Amino acid sequence: MAKSKLLKLAALAFAAVLAGCASNSSTDADSGDTSTVEDVVTEETGSTGGDELIIIEESVEETVEEVAEMITPEVSTVYFDFDKANVKPEWKDALDAHAAYLISNPGSSVILEGHCDERGTREYNLALGERRATAVSAYLKLNGVATSQIEIVSFGEEKPVDLGKTDAAYSLNRRVEIKYQ
Amino acid sequence: MRHLTTILALVAVTFAPMSFAEFRFVITKGYDQATEVAITNFCWDGERILPEDISSIVYSDLERTGQFKRPSGPLIANPCNPEDVYFRDWRLQGPDYLVIGNIEQDSVTKKYIVNYRLYDVFREMNIHHARITGSENQLRDMAHMVSDAIYEKMSGVKGAFNTKLAYVTHNRTEDGPVYNLEISDADGHRQKVIYKSAQSIISPAWSADGRNIAFTTFSEKGRTSIKIANRITGQITSLPSYKGINSGAAFSPDGKSLAFVNSQTGNADIYVMNLETKKVKQLTSHWAIDTEPSWSPDGKKLLFTSERGGRPQIYQLTLDTGAVERLTFEGSFNARAHYSSDGKHIVMVHQSSGVFHVAALNTETRELKVLSETDLDESPSIAPNGTMLIYATQQKNKGVLAWASLDGEIASIMPAERGHVREPAWSPYLR
Repeated sequence: MAKSKLLKLAALAFAAVLAGCASNSSTDADSGDTSTVEDVVTEETGSTGGDELIIIEESVEETVEEVAEMITPEVSTVYFDFDKANVKPEWKDALDAHAAYLISNPGSSVILEGHCDERGTREYNLALGERRATAVSAYLKLNGVATSQIEIVSFGEEKPVDLGKTDAAYSLNRRVEIKYQ
Repeated sequence: MRHLTTILALVAVTFAPMSFAEFRFVITKGYDQATEVAITNFCWDGERILPEDISSIVYSDLERTGQFKRPSGPLIANPCNPEDVYFRDWRLQGPDYLVIGNIEQDSVTKKYIVNYRLYDVFREMNIHHARITGSENQLRDMAHMVSDAIYEKMSGVKGAFNTKLAYVTHNRTEDGPVYNLEISDADGHRQKVIYKSAQSIISPAWSADGRNIAFTTFSEKGRTSIKIANRITGQITSLPSYKGINSGAAFSPDGKSLAFVNSQTGNADIYVMNLETKKVKQLTSHWAIDTEPSWSPDGKKLLFTSERGGRPQIYQLTLDTGAVERLTFEGSFNARAHYSSDGKHIVMVHQSSGVFHVAALNTETRELKVLSETDLDESPSIAPNGTMLIYATQQKNKGVLAWASLDGEIASIMPAERGHVREPAWSPYLR
């Protein structure tokens, strides 16, 4: 993110706020109800003083980020091989995007939800689903995501997305869903 | 007198509750030489029709074992009293055993008294005679008690008909999925919901006294916790939850501890909780998945599933020494093991050539026998007398329960009336 662009936006926003204030006071002055306006203006300047610019800059920074990265990475499910919990290379780009998002949004957090196909026992699949979520978590942490931003849960085989009994259906059910909180 | 009882019997036949209602199971495999038992309609001269047909319930109980069958044609007579039993006639019809009985109601207490006799037709002997008293809503229990007693006299093995099943049903509704933890009689009748959830329920497990059932619930976000339902009072208690998985509870035979699965160290391991102090101790610590703990009948060992050898197999932990032994070597997947109450068998889910079956391991010979012929078989649970097991399987994409004998010779399916039925757990003997 270009810092100069940010500042420029901040300055623009500040100008807009000032303009708003000015127009407000003029409008209010026209209406003749001056005492209230004066009170408000006094409060604003009195409480924030010289820090006012910084406050506005912060709020603009947030706005810019919202525009640029409010959308979480598009791929939110990664898939696994039968009875395997290793993250396959084809999912690294998708997970890198999540890592980048989580790093640049330290206030955000994810639940990694592990799932399995119906083969095998429910308890074993509960543990296997957790292991898949743990593998995704390990990958994200390795790429700099804070432990505090990640929660791991497993639904085992309890929540299939495809109820079929085919290999294709099973492969859709062996997954970790990345859910932003 | 004989004439009169025949008339009464005819009345009983005509007005008996629809007896085919008991045939909710479909025998898919049976013994070639089942023992034939004739059970007469238990005579009842009360004015109203009884809500339960005891003879029919007993027939069903016995037939479900595969060891017994009813005579092919109608019975030659329906004696209500011993003096009306003519062995010569019965020998012509050919059953090995004959059961007769009558039901009376105490005019004061309004309790029902079931009086029945079991005869060995060829030896022309009355080998068992008993009287059971109970209230109207206990008529089914009384019928199962008759089954238990005559089964024991005929087979030499204690009956387990007067026991319960716990299982989970899953239904899709307009408001989303509904999961119920339910209890029924061992024959699937008298279903009762004891816990309801919008999320899945798994792994119901009975306490040794048959009073409590532990089970796992999921929160909407996927957090698991163990709860205990008191079957008698209906009260639900939540156990403390720890980070990670909290599931797979198993009551120790003395009822004081609960083995369970937790993953607070980052991976599923076996723990044990003292139910009184709630103090928790870690029993296994391995980077592999350790899950599905199950106690040996003497409470000194724990079976569990572990993939520490590469694939999920059954292991046994000796609690005193901490020694761990691998028990299964056949098949690429063996899981959810349970001991029979005599310790002679371990039933489990067994995968061979890609198909999931239920199998039994003989603990002495270490021989593994596949018991089921369906696929995706799960959650085998042995009856307390060790003769039968119940498990979950799928039929036309629907979860159903099935019975199999521990020798693998017989199998039957209980068709689901609604939704999917899964996770059966057979109760111990009930006091």
